[in-house]
Amino acid sequence: MAWLLALLQTLLFIASAPILAGWLKKVKCRLQNRRAPSLFQPYRDLRKLWRKEPVVAHPASWIFKATPYIVLSTTVLTASIIPLIAVNLPTAKVADVVVLIGFFALGRFFLALAGMDIGTAFGGMGSSREMMVSSLAEPAMLMAVFTLAMSASTTNLSEAMKYVLDTGLVLRPSFVFAMLGLMLVAVAETGRIPVDNPTTHLELTMIHEAMILEYSGRHLGLIEWASQIKLMIYGVLIVNIFFPWGIAQDFSLRSLGVGALSLGLKLIGLTVLLGLSEVILAKMRVFRVQEYLSFAYLLTLLGMLSHIILEIQH
Amino acid sequence: MSLFFAYLSVVAALVSGLAALATDKRSELDRLATSLLRRWPKLHARAQCVFSATHYAEYHRNSLFILLGVSGVSAVLASAMALFSGSVVTDTLPFGLPWLHWHIRFDALSAFFYLIIGLVLVAVSLFGPGYVREFEHGKHSLSVLGFFTGLFVAGMELVLLADDAFFFVIAWELMSVSSYFLVAFQHEQASNRRAAFLYLLMAVIGAISIILAYGVLAGFSGGLTFDQFRSVKLTPVWASVAFVLALIGFGMKAGLVPFHAWLPEAHPAAPSHISALMSGVMLKVAVYGFIRFTFDLLDEVYWQWGLVALLLGTASAVLGILYAMQQQNLKRLLAYSSVENIGIIFIALGLALIFFSSGQARLGTLGIIAALMHCLNHALFKSLLFLGAGAILHNTHEQSLENMGGLIHRMPKLSGIFLIGCLSISALPPFNGFVSEWLIFQTALQTGNLDSGVIRSLIPTASAVLALTSALAAGCFVNVYGVAFLGLPRSKHVASCHEVSHQGMLVGPAFLAVFCVLFGVFPTPLIETLNVVTGQLVGSTLPQVSALGWLWVSPVAKEVASYSPFLVLLGILVTVSACYQVFYLRSGRLESRRADTWDCGFGGLNARMQYTSTGFVMPFRRIFQPVFDIDERIEEQKSGPDGFHTQRLRYHLHVSDISWGYVYQPVARSVLGLSRWVSRIQTGNIRTYLAYSFFTLLILLWGIS
Repeated sequence: MAWLLALLQTLLFIASAPILAGWLKKVKCRLQNRRAPSLFQPYRDLRKLWRKEPVVAHPASWIFKATPYIVLSTTVLTASIIPLIAVNLPTAKVADVVVLIGFFALGRFFLALAGMDIGTAFGGMGSSREMMVSSLAEPAMLMAVFTLAMSASTTNLSEAMKYVLDTGLVLRPSFVFAMLGLMLVAVAETGRIPVDNPTTHLELTMIHEAMILEYSGRHLGLIEWASQIKLMIYGVLIVNIFFPWGIAQDFSLRSLGVGALSLGLKLIGLTVLLGLSEVILAKMRVFRVQEYLSFAYLLTLLGMLSHIILEIQH
Repeated sequence: MSLFFAYLSVVAALVSGLAALATDKRSELDRLATSLLRRWPKLHARAQCVFSATHYAEYHRNSLFILLGVSGVSAVLASAMALFSGSVVTDTLPFGLPWLHWHIRFDALSAFFYLIIGLVLVAVSLFGPGYVREFEHGKHSLSVLGFFTGLFVAGMELVLLADDAFFFVIAWELMSVSSYFLVAFQHEQASNRRAAFLYLLMAVIGAISIILAYGVLAGFSGGLTFDQFRSVKLTPVWASVAFVLALIGFGMKAGLVPFHAWLPEAHPAAPSHISALMSGVMLKVAVYGFIRFTFDLLDEVYWQWGLVALLLGTASAVLGILYAMQQQNLKRLLAYSSVENIGIIFIALGLALIFFSSGQARLGTLGIIAALMHCLNHALFKSLLFLGAGAILHNTHEQSLENMGGLIHRMPKLSGIFLIGCLSISALPPFNGFVSEWLIFQTALQTGNLDSGVIRSLIPTASAVLALTSALAAGCFVNVYGVAFLGLPRSKHVASCHEVSHQGMLVGPAFLAVFCVLFGVFPTPLIETLNVVTGQLVGSTLPQVSALGWLWVSPVAKEVASYSPFLVLLGILVTVSACYQVFYLRSGRLESRRADTWDCGFGGLNARMQYTSTGFVMPFRRIFQPVFDIDERIEEQKSGPDGFHTQRLRYHLHVSDISWGYVYQPVARSVLGLSRWVSRIQTGNIRTYLAYSFFTLLILLWGIS
């Protein structure tokens, strides 16, 4: 029963990810005085892409063809271990939050290889920059996770969320810092402005898009879907770790409904924040990204230190 | 019984070494066989066939590696028996000093490192016959290579068996000196001679340090056996002196920063299967020495030691991988990456020391288990990668990444095996490298149990550096795999190469790859085995590790953290096949069209337009500039009035190790200065020297009386 529920939750997760992307686009369009496409436009785009036959460059090997599937499956797997609308699901035991970082690294490893597989300058450039951004983002992410894990003395996401729920609404300086750091990391890892621009059409400014420049059709559809899920994963992580209230602690229909509703509202709020920052900020030069990410690291380090200095009682 | 196989392994390695001496003795052996076997015509005919000029080389080569294989298999058997039975076997051999025979002890810790040697040795013995063929027609005799390989392996195994300081040091020196000859094997190149000399120098200094460390223990215990060492109680100061000496001695052999300079020079200089043994196994023997000395022989540990080990480990990890990234020579890159992995092992050992000293035995055990597991994992994937690099070198005669490319189309099988190695070393789930790093993170996370606030905040920072290291490692091996195996070939040799012809050269690395996946997907049985090791070593185990079943790892407790790599793998496979099914069912076929690469509409893409390895790592070079010694120049040749017209551009880049300028050269300069100062008393006049001897004797006599 619990495993079935976990499966349903994962399906809900990956199915609702495009809607979040559509909503983000709507927010941005509204802020920029443009007419927004429908909320369901991402689904239409994905359907169109999945129907198309992919075109593969001559020098590409099996890695290029396998990568979309690997990237999607690692992302789906990550989605499956994160409590979305209910805690206490058995999938959270399969992998903890450190493994979650490992999943992202696995997907990224193959994506970067695929970028180099075709032997062009763009692919290599994208891969190189992506690895740079991620290697700087990973310590900051881990530090944020550590702050949480040391407070809750577990790295199991479900247990950690329960801990936050149990302690109630208290202001922890460490969590504030960790959340701010994690938000900066999330922006970098999902390739949003100001680190990367997902809608760019200038090759030299691209990071993530440069890596997948050669993808088309079905393959591109899978990768697009995976990055929509990834955006949602970071969103859910932030809202459910730091504001888990409303999440279902038992599996009755009512509490699940409440969980879904509260999660939706929280995500809507977070996405508005992201859209706002994307409209306000301009994209940074590539070699400013290190400063941005060191700032994120500094924030999470402050979170860790304030946890150790202020919050541990003996 | 386990001891029998342990001895058999040593003897087989020695016999292999001795048999190698017969490389150039074909005619003598032929005559000997003729005279001995005259009465048995059947055997005689057989012997004549073996010792004929056409077959002898092959038979001889194969038999050397079969003996090494026997040594490897019996090492694995010995360790399996000792680990399953959990018994400690001791013995004395009638060698050594009259009053101190060689003491032998084969316990679970020795057995575990025997397992590491055995597994890598089996892979090497499969790989070797194909690889050394090219040396047969070269300048160097295989007898040197084979002889010292046998001695080297036997030396490493004897180090593990030793139970007294005297025997330990003899075995240690056997290992060091024989590996010196292996590094110097291709001595026609000046760089190899230099590397070998540097290696010998560092090995000697390290050995002196180890001898002094044992000297401290021997001075207080009055004997040289480890049993006497175990019972001695040292004051904190003397214990710390012994610890620091041991850390320097074993750290020098293991390649800890700043004692690592020999490693990136020596490992690429040796033939590839020897590099695999050196990087995969010899460094682990040094780690064994450190663990044996610190956790077994010294009776008490202090948190300051843990802090030192943690800091050195962190520095080694991050500097090792940063330097690895900047190398274009594949074997050199792998050698620097060994520095990184040794750093990771010492991070875990440092954590273990800190936890043990504050009375948290269970968490300390977790640290030791993480370290031991990373020892095994690193031995597996690093040997795999070195053997893979050897296969590439064998087929293309290229060591530089900048000349490779597109090997995945030319060597499909090797590229698959090499990919597993790259995934494992980058610490990606569900492969083995991830499990041990995950355990280290879990250990680091338990710092809430410590009292000191400073350590509590230092450990998370160190683990953030570890996270940086593993992310950089992923970048480094994307670079390796992407540049060497993917894209378009960058040189003629590489464009025309194909899969290695000798099957063993694929089977050897594939054997290691199987274990990389196996220990990655099913780590719990391995950790249960390591419980035996820590149970004997420190008297503490991880009882909770399979609390959720043997498919799950839960190192501390099942609520704290759990990981099930098998279910992860299953999840990935299910999702991939679901995607595949969905697309396949809808269209009934999965086709993709092949077309030219997109070239912005300009046309004429060629291999030189790809990203190079130097280009790939440029962002990292720029961000971490302070830790490198970078010499980057653009030379322009200009002509025309006022030099407007640039005729030729030359880009020159050399990244060298910062430790040379800051550590080694100052030390070398001061040693030279000191010796120049000492040389003043050396007049070259025999009468002066006689006077020196006379006065020395006089003073000594005065001292005695």
